[in-house]
Amino acid sequence: MNGTRVSYTLESSLASVNKAEQAAGEVAAKSGFDVDECGRIALAVREATVNAVLHGNRYDPNKRVIVSFDTTASTLTVAVRDEGPGLDPATLPDPLAPENLLKQSGRGIFLIRAFMDEIHIRTLSPGTEITMIKFVRGSGRDGNKEANQ
Amino acid sequence: MTMKASSRQVDGVTIVDLSGRITLGEGSVVLRDTVKDLSTQGQKKILLNLGNVTYIDSSGIGELVSAYTSVRNSGGELKLLNLTKKVHDLLQITKLYTVFDIQDDEASAISAFNR
Repeated sequence: MNGTRVSYTLESSLASVNKAEQAAGEVAAKSGFDVDECGRIALAVREATVNAVLHGNRYDPNKRVIVSFDTTASTLTVAVRDEGPGLDPATLPDPLAPENLLKQSGRGIFLIRAFMDEIHIRTLSPGTEITMIKFVRGSGRDGNKEANQ
Repeated sequence: MTMKASSRQVDGVTIVDLSGRITLGEGSVVLRDTVKDLSTQGQKKILLNLGNVTYIDSSGIGELVSAYTSVRNSGGELKLLNLTKKVHDLLQITKLYTVFDIQDDEASAISAFNR
């Protein structure tokens, strides 16, 4: 399978979140992931796009979110980029800590880490880019699950 | 698919049948407003039936947590019923499975309120 790349430039809106989620599910299915994995990938992309729209661009109509999908025979790589003030991953609280367990928010990045094989968070100027990688099962790389920043 | 919520009373327990997606935006707002209205009406025993909830994101999880804490803080109880595998897995990953009282059977859930 040759590598392919699809990129969407989206408005900072909830409709964009749904569009990114739907696109992720479709790309994941074409990449050979099973139904459960497609659902997890779509959720991870949804969470990343929510962060970009809500916390990054703060619904600013003048700012865009770019979601790109790169597929190869062994990987699906999704990058979500915003134009916000930037995210410092070190400041993210642990949602599993007892003092955070009953907090209403703060689980988005955690779920992305849980559902994807690798995650990288890069601060841009301006903005943040979250890159998420999922290895295709049987590609020889799918056992290599780790989370990096 | 948007979320729908309808309430019914069984043996002093308010059962809220939810269907659709509990996600950032409309789904979360419907859940929040429904629980808020029930609390305002003085309902203290609330059972959220999630059997037809097809999808939930971190915002939806947060809304469930918020509903749980607000009902508890007003002296009530909130339990969850009929989790789908997706919702079950998410609550397990986020360690909330041990926080909520989760029931698989409506009759047993009602009995659990009235013990």
